[in-house]
Amino acid sequence: MRDEAASDVVTLRLRAGSSIPVEADTICPDLFIGRSEAEIAALPAFYGRRQVTLGDLFEVDGAYSDHIVMWDATDDPGGLRRVKRIGQRMSRGRIVVHGDAGMHLGAEMRGGEIVVHGSTSTWAGAHMAGGILRVDGNAGPMLGAAYPGEIRGMRGGVIFVRGSVGPRAGERMRRGMIVVGGDAGEFSGARMIAGSLFVFGTLGARAGAGMKRGTIVAVNGRAEALLPTFRYACTSQVTFMRVYLRRLWEHDCQLPITDAHVSGAYHRYTGDITTLGKGEILIYAEH
Amino acid sequence: MRAARLIITAVNEQWAMTAAQVTTGFATSVIACGCEAGVEAVLAPEETPDGRPGVSVLVFTMGPKGLEDQLIRRVGQCVMTCPTTACFDGLGETTRENRLKIGGALRYFGNGFQISKKLEGKRYWRIPVMEGEFLVEESFGMQKAIGGGNLLILGQDNAAALAAAERAVDAIRPLRDVILPFPGGIARSGSQVGSKYKFLRASTNVAYCPMLRAQVETALPESVNSVYEIVIDGLSETAIRAAMRVGIEAAAQAGVARISAGNYGGTLGQFHFHLREIMGTQIHTDTR
Repeated sequence: MRDEAASDVVTLRLRAGSSIPVEADTICPDLFIGRSEAEIAALPAFYGRRQVTLGDLFEVDGAYSDHIVMWDATDDPGGLRRVKRIGQRMSRGRIVVHGDAGMHLGAEMRGGEIVVHGSTSTWAGAHMAGGILRVDGNAGPMLGAAYPGEIRGMRGGVIFVRGSVGPRAGERMRRGMIVVGGDAGEFSGARMIAGSLFVFGTLGARAGAGMKRGTIVAVNGRAEALLPTFRYACTSQVTFMRVYLRRLWEHDCQLPITDAHVSGAYHRYTGDITTLGKGEILIYAEH
Repeated sequence: MRAARLIITAVNEQWAMTAAQVTTGFATSVIACGCEAGVEAVLAPEETPDGRPGVSVLVFTMGPKGLEDQLIRRVGQCVMTCPTTACFDGLGETTRENRLKIGGALRYFGNGFQISKKLEGKRYWRIPVMEGEFLVEESFGMQKAIGGGNLLILGQDNAAALAAAERAVDAIRPLRDVILPFPGGIARSGSQVGSKYKFLRASTNVAYCPMLRAQVETALPESVNSVYEIVIDGLSETAIRAAMRVGIEAAAQAGVARISAGNYGGTLGQFHFHLREIMGTQIHTDTR
């Protein structure tokens, strides 16, 4: 029996600043939806190597909701940067992080939405299979990538990053879409199996290294040197880009998409010929 | 019947319409063409998935298997071959059993170089072609539909009957969810079920042939010397009723002795459209 009413959101405010990392994969809408405030506060987390509860680390306000809002500690802006695994394996609901988020944000998520009004660290969206991950700031290395030893990375869903992303975004990606508003680091889309990676800034060097299939797009036409294992195919308009860019603009109207991007021509390079060679890198050509 | 809606886009309306007209060619009657098809509407760029000018087409068959077969043939031979086109499903989400694998069958034309793209649950196939690429959706929706709604326009002479039929077609054409599968929307050779010949499923509608007035039991008043039929296929009963109503209103002018409809003894389907009832009720019409 519920002893309290369901709230619209569950608010988590970091209690105090600290340099110790926190592992909190229990910050997950699937776990919050059926729990009272006390039960949420009792969920386990790791503070360094010590097991604690969410209530030890956060002021918890709200119950029985799959909408979570997180705030930094008043005396430590940026404290949430140390909180790892927020939204890991979530399949529903929404998490809004006011500040930066720690490593493994939304890793293995299958549904729902995470919004970060700040930046994220390494491995955000790793092995993501569904849902939407939005980051207002930058993202660290290995965005949507595969953990070491794993064959496939991201398998579905969409990641939007307004800023830039670190190296190896979308590594071993199998399906889904990553959209980067700024620059993408080296080895973006390395060993991609399928899926789509859109970069509105500069596409870093050695993009698509070892990719089998999939699409990497330098939407603004800026790309550092491609690997010699990618061969130029043609320059032409790409019909599917029209469908994708229109949908992207509907998702995030702040993306710098112009009519020229939608209807313009793209240089097409195919590779990586060291593997299957059916991947493509599209680089926007002048309209 | 079963129906599907194709949205065909191209670099401009001219090419989209060319593809649509070719796709809906030789599709006047399920009896001999395999399907009935027609152009439903011209679509503005903001109404199409890829933001280009488009044309929506409705295709009707007697059953699901025939519809899949017809769509594969027509999209493969008439849309894919037409310059700059792409082809999308226009019915939206339907249940799994009401999906027809069209792009999923045509993709093999890519000879292994076809590229799959999945966006928000929809799979698209990018098929490399000499021009560039042909983009087609993996599957198209199918829904139950109604074929064979019809109006018989009985004119005092051929000119009056044709003019009335043309007015009716012009009035019906702006409506959504219906098509007029016959040439210019008008059939001059309406048929009756069966024939004196065992090998023929349909034959000329003798009761409405003026030249047979003296030889058969005619349905024509003395003053009638020419008859045209307007066949209407629609996605719903409401859509057909609306089309029949505006068609009758437009056709009913001087020179038209009577407007009727063929009911074939009520044996040709479960839907009956009674003209007096249609004209007596207010029907909402959705125009394009």
